[in-house]
Amino acid sequence: MLSKRVIACLDVRDGKLAKSVRFVDTKDIGDPVEKAREYYLDGLDELVFYDITASSEARNIMLKVVESVAEQVSIPLSVGGGILTVLDARDLMMAGAEKINVNSAAVLRPELISECATAIGSQNVVLSMDVRRTGKTTDTPSGYEIVINGGRRSMGIDALSWAEQGEKLGAGELVVNSIDADGTRDGYELSLTRAVSETVGIPVIASGGAGTPDHLHEVLTTGKADAALIASMVHYGEYTVSEVKNHLYDLGVKVRMSW
Amino acid sequence: MAVIVDYDAGNLRSVQRACSEVGLTAIISDDPEAIRHADRVIFPGVGAAGSAMRSIRKSGVDVALRQAFGSGVPILGICLGLQISLEFSEEDDQTTLGFLPGRVCRFQLRDPELKIPHMGWNAIEVQRAHPLLENIKDGDEFYFVHSFFPEPDDAANIFALAQYERDFCCAAGLDNFFGTQFHPEKSGRVGLGILDRFRNWDGRVA
Repeated sequence: MLSKRVIACLDVRDGKLAKSVRFVDTKDIGDPVEKAREYYLDGLDELVFYDITASSEARNIMLKVVESVAEQVSIPLSVGGGILTVLDARDLMMAGAEKINVNSAAVLRPELISECATAIGSQNVVLSMDVRRTGKTTDTPSGYEIVINGGRRSMGIDALSWAEQGEKLGAGELVVNSIDADGTRDGYELSLTRAVSETVGIPVIASGGAGTPDHLHEVLTTGKADAALIASMVHYGEYTVSEVKNHLYDLGVKVRMSW
Repeated sequence: MAVIVDYDAGNLRSVQRACSEVGLTAIISDDPEAIRHADRVIFPGVGAAGSAMRSIRKSGVDVALRQAFGSGVPILGICLGLQISLEFSEEDDQTTLGFLPGRVCRFQLRDPELKIPHMGWNAIEVQRAHPLLENIKDGDEFYFVHSFFPEPDDAANIFALAQYERDFCCAAGLDNFFGTQFHPEKSGRVGLGILDRFRNWDGRVA
């Protein structure tokens, strides 16, 4: 059977690794290429790089980072941040990304998803959604809304209907990132993840809130996620990727154990 | 010179990079002449069968691939490259190259919890020995991304199975052609091992 995936997310600013807490206060914590290689050799299943600068000079730095990482690892590499057009997506694919992540720009212009799906294939287009808890209103019956620009702007769109629309437009996979849980290390937002996973037929990656291997266990079982994103718990050396996977394996989660 | 066949079907750079990591120098080309003169051919690809077939017919790559197959040059198909090497694909109801008797079918899953595409790492079970599958152990996992799978007519052409609700063929071959449904170029050390063995493969099965 298919294994549940453990994916490390590396936020990159000006070519350096950064980690955000609730999307503000980012700080540099090292060289992304070295980290990527270290995690790959320790059994990581997939990598996500997020460019959190997205100024025009920084884009070229990011392409260089992607190129170097692609030379160092042979697992899937997904890249996001500041993708506004199919050309941006193609540049990243040419640099060595396997998948591209679209986020805010797709909320503002949903056709970006279908354009990318046509150009590079649905399976390579990941729709990353930033989600915040809100009241249950007529616009947001699920109690979860879509926010953009790193959580600064509320869109009044229901998270579940956006997930459905994203799938229809051709996204091959969804990242569900809880703004409320991001950086807290208190665990993933289980009910949100589960609700999205039950709504769509494409794989769902849980994001935001991982602090311990038990949190991954919860979201991959109760939360019905197909994959779990981790960041600070491994970036600061508190856990290694293989420790996380061993723990999941011991708890009966099907994960890739030989690498 | 090894040639990676370009037919506008996905990112070939990762295949090229993985080849170079195991010491196999390969050029990316859509030129039928280059494919005819290659001493080994890698036929990768992601995307849909219909547009892939249109593209390779238009460039004449289909004829060059048939000639390469007929001449005994080692050919490695990956993902869509394997699928369109069979005779027919349910995707776009497409007649395909037909090196390998059989067809490509869509996953019809009963369990609503299982997602399509089948995306991620899955173990393979080797069914019969093949030079490219040497050293693969039970439980070794490979990276998959697909919604269709190959179904060769002759069980003798099925070299490995994987399981996703049902068993499906994930490695098939005939003579000098061998194909994997999974992506060796994205499957870490075990995947690079297949490319490394392909580098030295003489195109014979026994």
